[in-house]
Amino acid sequence: MTVPAAVGALIQVTLVIAVAPILTGLMRATRAKLEGRAGPSVVQPWRDIRKLLHKERIKPEYSGWVFLLAPRVLLASGLMVVVLVPLITTATALGGSGDLFAVVYLVLLGTVFLVLAGLDPGTAFGGMGASRAITVAALAEPAFLLAIFALSVRAGSSSLATIVDSVLAEPRSLASPGSLLALAAVSVVVLAESGRLPVDNPSTHLELTMIHESMVLEYAGPDLAVVELASQVRLTIFLGLIANLFAPWGIAVTTHPADLAIGTGVVVAKLALLGVVIATFEVFVAKMRLFRVPELLTAAFILAFLAITMSFFLT
Amino acid sequence: MTDSALSQLLGLAIGTALVCAYVVLWRSRLISIVRAIAVQGAAVAVVALTLGLHEHSVEPVAAAVGVFALKAVIIPMLLARWIRQSEELREVDPLINIPASLLAGGLLTLFVYATARQVANLGSDSASRAVPAAIAIVMLGLLVMTIRRKAVTQVAGFLLLENGIALVAFLTTSGLPLLIELGGALDLLLVVLVLHVLAGRMVSAFGATDLNQLQELRD
Repeated sequence: MTVPAAVGALIQVTLVIAVAPILTGLMRATRAKLEGRAGPSVVQPWRDIRKLLHKERIKPEYSGWVFLLAPRVLLASGLMVVVLVPLITTATALGGSGDLFAVVYLVLLGTVFLVLAGLDPGTAFGGMGASRAITVAALAEPAFLLAIFALSVRAGSSSLATIVDSVLAEPRSLASPGSLLALAAVSVVVLAESGRLPVDNPSTHLELTMIHESMVLEYAGPDLAVVELASQVRLTIFLGLIANLFAPWGIAVTTHPADLAIGTGVVVAKLALLGVVIATFEVFVAKMRLFRVPELLTAAFILAFLAITMSFFLT
Repeated sequence: MTDSALSQLLGLAIGTALVCAYVVLWRSRLISIVRAIAVQGAAVAVVALTLGLHEHSVEPVAAAVGVFALKAVIIPMLLARWIRQSEELREVDPLINIPASLLAGGLLTLFVYATARQVANLGSDSASRAVPAAIAIVMLGLLVMTIRRKAVTQVAGFLLLENGIALVAFLTTSGLPLLIELGGALDLLLVVLVLHVLAGRMVSAFGATDLNQLQELRD
């Protein structure tokens, strides 16, 4: 690991932490605008986090160490992924060892700890949410892995930086059926994993429909702040991944300061654009019935599967 | 257009056609199924058009226009009208549930790819390499006809079958003679019309077009 690469990784981590709550705020503001409400300011999630950090830490009576550890693991695994993925520059600190499989399993590690934290206090809603979340994760993971495999076949490597470089070298490969199907599959998986509509409703407060929210129901104060920040970081990572895997233009390929500055600006613009697109999409769809979610995720799995087979048979 | 752009367009069109076959398996709303069939018809037309442009011959282009008119416009419109009239909007109980049928479709595609590799290796151009995808559409059509019980989904399965066969014909031989194409198209239209009438009779006799009702012969 060289010094400039470490600087690049550091900038990425700082940027993602700074931008993630604002991205969530932007999505909420977009939704409010489209629904004709005034809506909160885009920096409201930051204000919420600041408020929560000043509160006292409350731990449910019968919960154990998992409950306290989970928010930290969730945030740490998220930030670990940020070091691995090329958001601003492809020359990230751990570029060589940072392949897509590592990203998938680091994300899954966070999910597993959140599920355990949902079970730990022994409340009914936490358990229900945990069971739902692990069901969705178990169905989304094979689809995600296959979609990634489809991208790796094209580039001949599962390293994220190599995939991005190969797209930059040959933009036409993006218009092949394999890439388009992989994009569709990854989008569905990302919506499921980050708890957005139509799989989970991020703004619901109705217990029977919640997945993510019911697992974090018992958290309060600084722990809740960490959980919130971690899920916002996760959404940012996913959107950044989609943006850079399927439209990598503008990303820095060196660690030159000017390139890094351009890369930062471009990635922020891409994230904002994707956030607005998803928020707009969410206005028009309803949450899917829980029992229909497996159908959606199987469809994503099949899309990813087709993406692989087509990359062998169709140009 | 250059050759590589043409072959890329060909790949995209066949990919679209294959995905549409899976959409038929995936969706339970009949109107979405009909839309997928229409898109698939358009994709088949694009394949014919691309091959015609590639070989600078007129016949595939004429066939493309015919295919588009029949499979992307006329038949889907007939089916959509039929759905509106019969007030059956969903396939309620397929023989196997939707995730299982999607996975079965995936396995079937894999099987076709494994067995049809010889066909794909016959030519070196991108058209003959895409033949397994077309055969997979035929198999998916058969699968839909086996596991779905509504008259509309039966027709949808039959149309998938027919589109797959047309694709195989275009990809391997640059299309059949125009006369045979026309005959096939007319047959297809007749099948759809006859099934339309039959389904109308079934609705008036049973109140639905569930094929499970048709189990015994009577006067």
